[in-house]
Amino acid sequence: MNDKPKIIIGLAIFVAVFTFPIWYNRGAAAPAPEVKLSEKAKAAKQCVRDTDYMRKEHMQLLDGWRDRTVRDAMRVYEVNGKEYVASLSNTCMDCHSNKADFCDKCHNYVSVDPYCWNCHTYPKEEKK
Amino acid sequence: MENNRRNFLKFAGVTVLGLGSLSLLDGLTSDDVIASAGQTSAEEIYKKGANALTAKRWGMVVDTRIITAAICRKMENACHQTHNVPDHANKRHEIKWIWDTEYKHAFPEKTDLFLAERFEHLPIPVFCNHCANPPCVQACPTQATFQRADGLVLMDFHRCIGCRFCMAACPYGSRSFNFRDPREAIKNENPEFPTRMKGVVEKCNFCAERLAVGKEPACVEASDGALIFGDLEDPQSEIRKLLKENYAIRRKQNLGTNPSVYYIV
Repeated sequence: MNDKPKIIIGLAIFVAVFTFPIWYNRGAAAPAPEVKLSEKAKAAKQCVRDTDYMRKEHMQLLDGWRDRTVRDAMRVYEVNGKEYVASLSNTCMDCHSNKADFCDKCHNYVSVDPYCWNCHTYPKEEKK
Repeated sequence: MENNRRNFLKFAGVTVLGLGSLSLLDGLTSDDVIASAGQTSAEEIYKKGANALTAKRWGMVVDTRIITAAICRKMENACHQTHNVPDHANKRHEIKWIWDTEYKHAFPEKTDLFLAERFEHLPIPVFCNHCANPPCVQACPTQATFQRADGLVLMDFHRCIGCRFCMAACPYGSRSFNFRDPREAIKNENPEFPTRMKGVVEKCNFCAERLAVGKEPACVEASDGALIFGDLEDPQSEIRKLLKENYAIRRKQNLGTNPSVYYIV
């Protein structure tokens, strides 16, 4: 055990480098994004499902819409007695016409890059 | 403590038990699970639209006695505008859903040395035949192309991996591959229909999205009566009546794909 100091120094350097991202960003965490609702979405008050469900599960909902629409020709989604056309571009984006302030804000924050927009269109926004 | 098998097994058993009960406790006490379980229960039903057109097997009749080059252009524009089909300048990147070709190319096995003069340069509109026995569906490794219960052979672009097996399998050349991003070459985007992305195969979909809202295909609407759309399995349908009264042929019927598009000649 003659190399004790060397090992300890090495370990200290390793720990410092390994935890660098943690202490470097300490206290600098980006605040959780606040999505902006479009006027139409504000007026509607309630989305297809309740807000909490939409926040957590909208991707599963859209997956269901996608598969039933494309593969089974079931293009109408009925929930709690209300009917919606299961379409991202024509139903979701009709209300949430502000993609940059609504979709992108959270997606960028959590660093996800959904490829919906490679094909599906969204309303043109005036200011970028 | 003595290190022997007996002690090791005891220790391992207690550890597994402890870890297992931990997750059990966690699951029981978590408010999150309990709370969200109450909220997510909603009655969800998927169904067809009230106006949706339905059939046992959709089919098309093309009346070549009416067809002119002008009608072909009209149908092509209507289709390609509706479905955001790009118009690439380079012919090698071309995307086609409906186009026209000469009789000898549309029906290579039915042409002859002394063919009726009318057919020499008559434009024959061609598109996906929505075969009853579609080779493209068999070739697709991801089931991105599939046959719906009403006979339509459709593409699920979400699943297409761009392997182009379907293009090799299709004997009619009905499929095109997006070698480039199609959005560059779409002039008037139809916001109601998605575009495609680079790397997927696309083709005619018999306007599945229009049938779902009770409209006939775009080409049929633009065809001035040259294209007639209907249910092949319904003996009372307009197309079955037409087929009863007129001699009609199908493309490359000897291959056994059983196309759903008939041409009255």
